[in-house]
Amino acid sequence: MLKIEPRKNRSNFLEVSAPVIAVILTMIFGGFLFLSMGKNPFEAIKLIFWDPIMSPTFSEYSRPQLVIKAAPLILIALGLSFGFRANIWNIGAEGQYIMGALFSGSIGLALYPLDAWFIFPLMILGGIIGGIFWAMIPAILKIKFNTNEILVSLMLVYVAEQILALASISFLRNPEGLGFPGSRDLSKYPSASNPELIANSGIHVGVICSFIAVVFLTYFLTYHRLGFQIKLIGQAPKAAKFSGVNVNYIVIFCLGLSGGLAGIAGMFELTGPAGLINIDFNVGYGFTAIIVAFLGRLHPIGILFAGLLMSLTYVGGELAQFMLSIPAAAIQVFQGMLLFFLLSTDLLVSYKISFNLGINNSNPKSKSE
Amino acid sequence: MSDKGTILKIKDISKEYPSVKANDSVSLDLEYGKIQALLGENGAGKSTLVKIIYGLVKPDSGRMYLNDMEYRPKGPQDARSKGVGMVFQHFSLFDALSVFENIVLGLDNILEKKELQKQIIDVSSEYGLSISLDKIVGNLSAGERQRIEIIRCLLLNPKIMIMDEPTSVLTPGEVSDLFLVLKKLSKSGMSILYISHKLEEIRTICTKATIMRRGRVVKNCDPQKISATKIAEEMVGTSFSSPKKSKIKKGKECLQINNLSFQPSDPFGIPIKNLNLKLHHGEIIGIGGVAGNGQEEFLSLLSGELKPSNGSLFFNDEDITKLNVVERRNKGILSAPEERLGHAAVPAMSLTENCLITAEHRMKLSKRGLIDYTISKNLSDRIIKKLDVRTGGSDALARSLSGGNLQKFVIGRELIQNPKIFIVNQPTWGVDAAAASSIRQQILDLAKEGTGIIVISQDLDELLEISDVFCALVGGQLSSPEMTNELNPSRLGMLISNSIE
Amino acid sequence: MDFSDINFSLLIASLIVAATPILLAALGELVAEKSGVLNLGVEGMMIFGAISGFIITIETKNPWLGFLCSSIGGILLASIFAVVTQIFRANQVASGLALTLFGLGFSALLGQSYTGLKPVSFPDMHIPILADIPVIGIILFQHDFIVYFSIFAVFLVYYLFRKSHFGLIIKAVGENHDSAHALGYNVILIRFFTILLGGALAGLGGGYLSLVRVPQWTEGMTAGAGWIALALVVFASWQPFRLLIGAYIFGGITLLQLNLQALGLEINVALLSMSPYLVTIGVLVFMSARRNKNSLEAPKSLGKTFFGL
Repeated sequence: MLKIEPRKNRSNFLEVSAPVIAVILTMIFGGFLFLSMGKNPFEAIKLIFWDPIMSPTFSEYSRPQLVIKAAPLILIALGLSFGFRANIWNIGAEGQYIMGALFSGSIGLALYPLDAWFIFPLMILGGIIGGIFWAMIPAILKIKFNTNEILVSLMLVYVAEQILALASISFLRNPEGLGFPGSRDLSKYPSASNPELIANSGIHVGVICSFIAVVFLTYFLTYHRLGFQIKLIGQAPKAAKFSGVNVNYIVIFCLGLSGGLAGIAGMFELTGPAGLINIDFNVGYGFTAIIVAFLGRLHPIGILFAGLLMSLTYVGGELAQFMLSIPAAAIQVFQGMLLFFLLSTDLLVSYKISFNLGINNSNPKSKSE
Repeated sequence: MSDKGTILKIKDISKEYPSVKANDSVSLDLEYGKIQALLGENGAGKSTLVKIIYGLVKPDSGRMYLNDMEYRPKGPQDARSKGVGMVFQHFSLFDALSVFENIVLGLDNILEKKELQKQIIDVSSEYGLSISLDKIVGNLSAGERQRIEIIRCLLLNPKIMIMDEPTSVLTPGEVSDLFLVLKKLSKSGMSILYISHKLEEIRTICTKATIMRRGRVVKNCDPQKISATKIAEEMVGTSFSSPKKSKIKKGKECLQINNLSFQPSDPFGIPIKNLNLKLHHGEIIGIGGVAGNGQEEFLSLLSGELKPSNGSLFFNDEDITKLNVVERRNKGILSAPEERLGHAAVPAMSLTENCLITAEHRMKLSKRGLIDYTISKNLSDRIIKKLDVRTGGSDALARSLSGGNLQKFVIGRELIQNPKIFIVNQPTWGVDAAAASSIRQQILDLAKEGTGIIVISQDLDELLEISDVFCALVGGQLSSPEMTNELNPSRLGMLISNSIE
Repeated sequence: MDFSDINFSLLIASLIVAATPILLAALGELVAEKSGVLNLGVEGMMIFGAISGFIITIETKNPWLGFLCSSIGGILLASIFAVVTQIFRANQVASGLALTLFGLGFSALLGQSYTGLKPVSFPDMHIPILADIPVIGIILFQHDFIVYFSIFAVFLVYYLFRKSHFGLIIKAVGENHDSAHALGYNVILIRFFTILLGGALAGLGGGYLSLVRVPQWTEGMTAGAGWIALALVVFASWQPFRLLIGAYIFGGITLLQLNLQALGLEINVALLSMSPYLVTIGVLVFMSARRNKNSLEAPKSLGKTFFGL
């Protein structure tokens, strides 16, 4: 029999070790997955988790990639984590990411080929506004009509994808592109591009931004009234109301923050690594960021590490694909598994569990949460 | 077995939870055809024992015998099939389902609908428990709900019926109806185990009482032959002084409630209808009545959590109807809601963080939106000291505190902010007697300093003890205020039962 | 081309086909939600059912076996959700999202070598005599087994919650799990059952998508159908017949949109493709705006974790 009781006081050790346990479990089960595909599990795990950083052959390419892929994941996950803490479930970050890219891209392309310093900042602003705009739809519907933000934000991903497709074959298409879909390459337009700041480091403005965001939001979450109110709503909505928290304001804030950060991530991706707007611009960062947010235990510092780890699975996954022809989808399974293990080990953190083999046993109280 | 023998024998039952020994070799004999009381304070282990008898919890050690046969229920179904039924205090009805569906869910063999309806009507007419089967339970009064529970239990022809705090949600009229039913049942040979902490009613209907304290049986006695004070002492273990009320001159009017009305959006919510009241500085108004008659809504309307659909509120002649929670708090209107965990306090937050919930602005715990945890911790330390809250310190999580200690903290958090008006709902509900008495004393002291206080409580003795003016809140309506010292028990019963004459 | 080229009866008949996957998935979710479980992994279970059924059909050339396996696939995925939420008591929203991400990835992995293949076709079952009635025959009685089954399942679920004792217990668990526990019902076991049933129906719906509706395998082919099924449950206020109507209206919109695209009207393709999602948002807003009427029907313990064991 399983006995489960809320812990009287939370354990910091477990807070940190639960994600580590989840990662180890994922490696073990992932190993079985690779084994079942006829691959050497040890080699695969080494390729995914070790070689991108340490191998002399691969790391030169992989290390910069690690940062490039981690930046959008961290930015988006940071925003999502605030909402998740308050039980506001924005799962449409992918759509907000696309809209951020489209807004900023439209600005950049409209001003092409003007050479001016203000274009890049203006595009950042455009990215933020695009993301916020898309996130405000579920926010306002939730406030006005109490509409479920999960479903609305998700539906808007599909809508955004259609707009993206439309944009890349019509209004944003490169006029000199011989009719192929896709916009001009913004990374080749100096006023609008987001180049690597240090050669071969992968570090671009977006990477710097994501680090700044981690520091700023850690402080904000711990010390600002809003950070406290977000925790309050998530843990005890009635107490939040009693305290005088304006729930609608928090809904707007959380969705706005996650939308804005997703939009800015889209902007940096567009102007740097991706370069141009095309049908296949989005690669699922908005969804993977959900895993990152949970893996980081919804804390900015945790998310920093989680983002790097998740980026590692992408980069290492590519290596594994290249070296062992393990399909990219296997990495997606791997990531999904990680989230499951993480959610399951969460029980360890907030609850005391004891196993008892005797039959004379049962749980004291039924508690619901 | 003879007519007067023992039907259920409990021997040395122990049950330990990680944090507490809930039952420590408890023994008890339940006799045929008797209404027998199980007495004790909150946390004495009554509920655990009852759950063991009903099969919801398995004991660590000890044995039970039913009619001299070993009795070891595998679960509630098994207990019911062996003739042990239970009427719950709460937790066992489904609001959105009909009365009939609720009854069906409590039965173990599935009968034809017609046959079952006939049985229900038979039972309800035999014991005078009138009921209509098609109504949705969420719309029923507490008394009606309890009738469903009793009928559901009786349909199984139990030999033993366990009743957990059956009168805590009933009006005095409903209580006397219930007692008639119980007496009928015991005459027909049923044994009833009656759990309560209310001494007077136990002295009325029980002929044997078992008193528990901290998981142990401390005394078996005949409650009709022993004084209530003596029983109370056995329950509590120590004697303590009851709060002293000193004569206070009532001051200027500080709160005026005019035609306050509220229409809930929840289909089972209680509407508040045209409520009028005047509160003065230094005055304690007691609002009596059974919980679920609009008490929670009333407090929320005053604290600002709910917006009235009609009416107005004046604080020292200033219209505060439109002010929100924080603005009202800044004026000095503070409150402490009934539900400690989840409403007044957040279980998984430390006491320091819990201070922020109501004291952030008034006690300046933040500057330009940034929280100063040092000041907050200092405040929490002061509350702990002032009210003698037993805890590991300000870093302890709210859920690690016992009910009484958390209640002291929650009330202390408001007292320390020097309220001009203080509204509290069920200040001593589920709190041990010593803590309850200290909380009452704190409320009286606060009134002496000139604060206008509204105490909402179902505990009429408490209200008679501390309040100057008494009103009853029934069905969302408030009776006209009466001086507490001029009230007699029958007048009080009338007010609680049907408020407006 | 103009509208008259669209044969009305055939249109309705194919509307029913278009609606069947979401109808099945939504029906499963309805049962799970009635017991208080919010499983946001419908999309994942559907797509996993789609690939499971597809692989088996390709390998065995037997669509019946394929449908069976798509159901089993859905159950497998649902059982992960059940273990994580009921035994490890994880947050249902997060676990549902995880299930969707996992299902999308796993199906893509399994489907690597099956893209572009065509499964054996699944025969229609013309119901004797009835199928020959003009108009109605074409609309209602010339379908395949799964379509009949989905309609039958609607009746079954209606019966379950209206008349049966077991349905009453499921409702009780969903209304108030503490009360149900106190009366001796095994909350976790009942929820396990409804979650798995939900998985079976979502898987079957997914199988219908890859075996009949499309019929072939492409990565991410559910394209939000699982999420739309979730929205349908809200739209239907947890009532099976309203679900049927909702699913068919939705099938109609999808179909109309595809037909209009085929007609090459002067309407933007992207705009048409996004219309089902926009309609879903519209429906959600409409339903939530009249929440007061609904709140009676929504199970009270929906999405809450039960901690007694």
